[in-house]
Amino acid sequence: MPDTITATKGDVPDNANEHCPGPESESAGKADGCAGCPNQEICASQAAGPDPDLPIIAERLSCVKHKILVLSGKGGVGKSTFTSQLAFALASDENTEVGVVDVDVCGPSIPKIMGCEREEVHPTGHGWSPVFVQDNLGVMSIAFMLPDEESAVIWRGPKKNGMIKQFLRDVDWSSTAEGGVLDYLLFDTPPGTSDEHLSVVQLLRESGITGAVIVTTPQEVALQDVRKEIDFCRKAQVPIIGVVENMSGFVCPGCKGESRIFYPTTGGAQKMCKDLGIPLLGSIPLDPSIGRACDFGSSFLDTCPESPAAKAYLDIIANIKRIIESK
Amino acid sequence: GHRVGVLDIDLCGPSIPRMLGVENYQIHQASSGWVPAYVDSDKRLSCMSIAFLLPSRDSSVVWRGPKKNAMIKLFLSDVYWGELDYLLIDTPPGTSDEHLAVVEYLQEWNPDGAVIITTPQAVALADVKKEINFCEKVGLPILGLVENMSGFVCPHCAECTNVFSTGGGEGLAKHLDIPFLGRSPIDPNLVMLLEQEDKTLVPNVNDPEAEKEKTTSIVETYQRCELSNMFSGIAKHLTETLNVKEAA
Repeated sequence: MPDTITATKGDVPDNANEHCPGPESESAGKADGCAGCPNQEICASQAAGPDPDLPIIAERLSCVKHKILVLSGKGGVGKSTFTSQLAFALASDENTEVGVVDVDVCGPSIPKIMGCEREEVHPTGHGWSPVFVQDNLGVMSIAFMLPDEESAVIWRGPKKNGMIKQFLRDVDWSSTAEGGVLDYLLFDTPPGTSDEHLSVVQLLRESGITGAVIVTTPQEVALQDVRKEIDFCRKAQVPIIGVVENMSGFVCPGCKGESRIFYPTTGGAQKMCKDLGIPLLGSIPLDPSIGRACDFGSSFLDTCPESPAAKAYLDIIANIKRIIESK
Repeated sequence: GHRVGVLDIDLCGPSIPRMLGVENYQIHQASSGWVPAYVDSDKRLSCMSIAFLLPSRDSSVVWRGPKKNAMIKLFLSDVYWGELDYLLIDTPPGTSDEHLAVVEYLQEWNPDGAVIITTPQAVALADVKKEINFCEKVGLPILGLVENMSGFVCPHCAECTNVFSTGGGEGLAKHLDIPFLGRSPIDPNLVMLLEQEDKTLVPNVNDPEAEKEKTTSIVETYQRCELSNMFSGIAKHLTETLNVKEAA
């Protein structure tokens, strides 16, 4: 075992043969040095050299003005909830065209949260049509392609990458919009820094990413993972729009007393953002109505506009718009 | 008197060391293998995580499957745990490389099974159904299901609010004929204990100005948190189930 994990050339696995050319190389899986390597088959099966699909994806997404990745380091902080409510809020202006790509292949929550769970994807002459939640809000998720909602998607990296690539290459977003322009395309990702994240970043290399919004909760255990997520963005050269602190305080519906469930013992997202020079987009308190809205597939901003959490969402969205318009 | 090891295979977000208070452990090797971090002075609770191998706390681990598999294999083969009564393996969310790897590499040692954790709301249950399906597909027995974050008791008025709804986990367990191990509400003092750096201070979030009681280790401090009673119950149920299985 290494003393510490340090950067290795390309993405060379620790169990690779000594003279591994690197999994991204032209001779990946085919070089003399690959014989007997446990990863040989995987490397050989992947196309070597520049990916011919990248320009196709760039062309497909040329109709999209802003592509935003929603990331979190930790699971359970409310990333999918945030992505869906952000999508609903942006689409509340009927002149704004919005799309959501659910890249969480193992746990695709977006269709349920957005109330389009049992829909199917339809091919058109120009590719796949996304599922429409509203006239100006389209969604794509692997959930639409699974035989039943209880099947586990137990895929290793290459198959997940293939699926994500299909989403980007084959979905026709231009059909959603008047004038064929999508104002926002949001990417909901699984927690962590893994295959899905690498794939999205690599596949969008030519077409460009506007930036990432990182969701966290206030406690150090979550912030630790957010710092890693920020490190990932910096390594992958993904611009960071800012951080959203979720579940930041609780207002009792009974006595209206304020308390904290997740303590910011190390200063919460505010201190972390200050230390790292990243905008804090806002803080959203814990409101049970948000969870309920998601369980029923409705827009929280529509169902509970008077909640303090609703105001927080609107402030955050205004901040996001301001930051990306100024870039 | 049990000896317990905790293996943290969440390679992207390894939280266990911070939670157990062994974040600053400097990993080292003995002749029999890598020595895990010991949480208590009796050395009954130990922990291994990738967190001990990273150059800094903020370093991201951005690996594809094969490299993750190799790391998990190393964790299972090269750590010198000593005699253990129980090895708990904390996994990342999902049904992915880490889960496949650990099930595959543990096969020859016949893992006893999986405990599934969910929060009560429908969106979480949808993913947990997949996790249960994964266990069935790979032949991993399910020892039980816990419904976590099931209610929060307001410290001001003692009213319980179901912040993430309630009952969903229990309903699912019943529906799928899985043992239901219990509902654990949010316990602010336990949350604080896992969060704070000094694990020997007994948290008292309702009276933060009060002088805090001191203990000798997190194992003792934990027992002062209300939720520890519930978890004792779960532990008892699991150990009894496993003893019955072994005897059979």
